[in-house]
Amino acid sequence: MADTMELRDIEVWDGNMAASHALRQVQVDVVAAYPITPSTPIVENYAGFAANAYVDGEFVMTESEHGAMSCCIGASAAGGRVATATSSQGFALMVETLYSASGMRLPIILNVVNRAIGAPLNVNGDHSDMYMGRDSGWIQLDAYNPQHAYDLNFIAFKVAEDHDVRLPAMVHQDGFMTSHTAQGVHTMTDEQGFNFVGEFQPMNDMLDLDHPVTHGVQTEEDWHFEHKARQQHALMTAVIPKLEAAFDAFEALTGRRYNLVETHQMEDAEIAVICMGTSVETAMEVVNELRATGIKAGVVGIRVFRPWPMEQLAAVLKDVKAIGTLDRSSPHGTMGMLFNEVSGSLFNTDTKAVLTNYIYGLGGRDLTKAHLVGIFNDLKANMDAGKPTTPLQQYIGLRGPKLSFF
Amino acid sequence: MLEIRWHSRAGQGAVTGAKGLADVVSTTGKHVQAFAFYGSAKRGAAMTAYNRVDDQVIMNHEKFMAPDYVLVIDPALVYVADFTAFEKPDTVYIITTHLSTQELIASQPKLEGKKVYTVDCIKISQETIGKAIPNTPMLGALMKVSGMYEMDFFKENMIRVLKKLPQKIIDANMIAIQRAYDEVK
Repeated sequence: MADTMELRDIEVWDGNMAASHALRQVQVDVVAAYPITPSTPIVENYAGFAANAYVDGEFVMTESEHGAMSCCIGASAAGGRVATATSSQGFALMVETLYSASGMRLPIILNVVNRAIGAPLNVNGDHSDMYMGRDSGWIQLDAYNPQHAYDLNFIAFKVAEDHDVRLPAMVHQDGFMTSHTAQGVHTMTDEQGFNFVGEFQPMNDMLDLDHPVTHGVQTEEDWHFEHKARQQHALMTAVIPKLEAAFDAFEALTGRRYNLVETHQMEDAEIAVICMGTSVETAMEVVNELRATGIKAGVVGIRVFRPWPMEQLAAVLKDVKAIGTLDRSSPHGTMGMLFNEVSGSLFNTDTKAVLTNYIYGLGGRDLTKAHLVGIFNDLKANMDAGKPTTPLQQYIGLRGPKLSFF
Repeated sequence: MLEIRWHSRAGQGAVTGAKGLADVVSTTGKHVQAFAFYGSAKRGAAMTAYNRVDDQVIMNHEKFMAPDYVLVIDPALVYVADFTAFEKPDTVYIITTHLSTQELIASQPKLEGKKVYTVDCIKISQETIGKAIPNTPMLGALMKVSGMYEMDFFKENMIRVLKKLPQKIIDANMIAIQRAYDEVK
């Protein structure tokens, strides 16, 4: 039986440490990992917990990220609670197996500490890896600070392992800006944390020898489409109600509230930015300052990236006149993901807001409050003109001549 | 909002110092942030670490900072790093050096007219901890200059922060903190 760890009510943890403690508290059966910056401390801390008897499960060191996720898939199919962590190039190497995990309906939890993808090589935070995962069939939750990185892990296990869901889930946090930034984190006791998620309930587990099953089968045009349709059906219909129930239960336990779409000052906002990660909180602070000068600005943060909260987002943006979508990943040949997703979410509604796109923060480039004030000034001009007054896609914080498209 | 920027070389413990300070401050009910710029850090490379302290939850995640305090824990960095970047008129500098404050200002004219304090954290850590790890003595100096906390309270909490280290090292750190507190000018 694993030893209990006494925690203070508020621990000063970075996002990595917060995620490690969440994995410890839910008592994962198998963590198979190949560490990579900036997610390394998650599995490093966890290995320390395991070595010091705070964990009953297995910690497996593998030869690559492809091997790590493959091992997770095997352990999950066998019937255990399974988790790991990665970033960037490691995430890219995992991609093949990510599709296997979701296709086999294995509720693995992957902590993704978001980092740029090379070339050029860069260890700092942007959202390239998170964006790469968006068609892989995983639930994707996004943390904006270390507290969220801790809390969302519990919610991820609870929802992913639910027998009506049975899908893997990623918990994302910003490399360095969250993963290596220490802030106060309100903790749960080991008992509270474990009980929120509960004992792992296996389903079609390979180690249930009385009920033999096959995982990872081949299907051609006869059944592949039906399998993929069921996967999409679960993602589209089962996940959101379960997430909402988990958010409610978590609030009842801790007082901390999470939502599919997070909003700040949106009740009467005329202009708004939509973004993810730490940028959401920085934008909230800027909005508070702009509100003091009479500008009706607001912030929308995407908490649940997959499944995409289309209806909730459209409702939040109903009365907004100008929207800036802020993407921290190079779109390479089109508009940023958030621009396209938000366009799609609003196109068949009565909302006819002016919509523009900003690419920012690649490779860890700072998004300053001054940048955000500039973006809100653009949005105000767009609102006043009733049409875009700037190119549709602008690069923010880039050195050298201004870059924009469309 | 109180903002602090550390200038250090990778391996000198600025990140640990910043996180330790955040931990101590957090116990008083204030909200804290501690972070650093690494890149692919190589030992000895110049780097910066940061603290924010506020009565409200800290939402700002920009790396940009106009610091209230600049803590330099490697003596050479005042000549090679942009340690006055985004300074304010009342930014306070606490600098590790074997020079007196007057000698330091004479050798680095950028410090002229600034609020400058000096302390030899390298020598103190070598003589107490046995290694040039100038982070904890710098915190002792900061406590003196800022008047942030009583020394007893601060040391008591630093003992908790350092609890995973051998007792001998913890004791040496406490002496280093006290010496820097007494010696900073």
